[in-house]
Amino acid sequence: MDVVTSQTVSVEVNGTTFEREVESRRLLIHFLRDDLDLTGSHVGCDTGNCGACSVILDGTLVKSCMVLAVQADGAKIETVEGLAQEDELSLLQQAFSDHHGLQCGYCTPGMLMSATALLRQNSSPSDEEIAKAIQGNICRCTGYWNIFKAVKAASGQEVGE
Amino acid sequence: MLLSEVGYARPATLEQALGVLADYPGARALAGGQTLLNVMKARAAAPDVLVDLARVPELHGIELGSDGTLELGAMVTYTELVASAEARARPILGEVCAQIADVQVRNRGTIGGNVCSSDPTNHLPPLFVALGADFTVAGPSGERTVPAKDFFLGVYMTAAGPGELLTKITVPPGRSDGFASVAIGADGTCIVNAAASVNGGVRVALGCVGATPVLVEAPDSDSIRGAVRDSAIDPPSDVHASADYRRHLAEVVAARAVEQAGGRS
Repeated sequence: MDVVTSQTVSVEVNGTTFEREVESRRLLIHFLRDDLDLTGSHVGCDTGNCGACSVILDGTLVKSCMVLAVQADGAKIETVEGLAQEDELSLLQQAFSDHHGLQCGYCTPGMLMSATALLRQNSSPSDEEIAKAIQGNICRCTGYWNIFKAVKAASGQEVGE
Repeated sequence: MLLSEVGYARPATLEQALGVLADYPGARALAGGQTLLNVMKARAAAPDVLVDLARVPELHGIELGSDGTLELGAMVTYTELVASAEARARPILGEVCAQIADVQVRNRGTIGGNVCSSDPTNHLPPLFVALGADFTVAGPSGERTVPAKDFFLGVYMTAAGPGELLTKITVPPGRSDGFASVAIGADGTCIVNAAASVNGGVRVALGCVGATPVLVEAPDSDSIRGAVRDSAIDPPSDVHASADYRRHLAEVVAARAVEQAGGRS
């Protein structure tokens, strides 16, 4: 059984295949940002708490600071860069804009990926389900209410003032 | 934070995984990585080699036997357990896993990792002790079965020794279970927790009050607070709760867990 300190990793990110030689110790978030130059996903706390690095890995929402790049070998990854189609914002992104769902914007890539994962599984989430879905994402501007409203609006539900 | 240099192996069978652990005494099993990778960032752990268990088929899957016994692979994630139709045979399992951390952590974190990290504030050690689960541990000399109450040896220490792997957790049939906790924020780290199983007698396992879960048994539901009081637990004091307050909370959450369990009988 081979034990390696670096290996070739092949991933498909937002529909594009990348192949790179990667050290075993490299975290997925650093692989995305520094090796693939996809800097949309952010490093917030680097301790698995804040969710700014959230991406969708083979259909599952994960924090990419708690996954090694080598663990993602062969996987399909979706990052915030893949949400807009030909410069047209996704419904969810437009709702964030309409409802002022971002202030400094640092947590936004993670919030968008968590909400995207939620709306794929549940097209009409309850208030509690929305709150649970973004529980792993911290907004230090504390703008949660507008984020919550944006997610609700993106699911086609009426949003109170 | 960059990790220190580390070797990586991705075995495709349990035998290969055990082989790497035997060949590299400084190797550690990598399950979901939601604890281990963070403690490696903090340099609190420095394994030479990570043995990624994700693609070892023997460690996956949930099986429900005809008598209601559940066999849970060590690499089953919290999310898989919550979604599993088979695991609903023992509803408390999914209910507790749904209150661990957040969506992202539940998607990667595994039940085997939760118990093998033996963090005194984790949810699953007291739960499996209360349910009377059995842990199957594989090593170079074969398999052995360890009852949950004997598996936890200390903070971060379990009966799965060097070169060994937890492979599955076997949960006997039953439904009358409960779980209660006081946590730091909703679904946060537990300050005190308790799991209860009422099947004949009353079994409660208390978490966060010692290095390992404390099993308290009582003849009936009404006597559980007294039994916890008499159990001579010696909980730690920290910024979240004094030892005295934890002692008080232990009685309260034990009674709540037993009440929930009783409501299902």
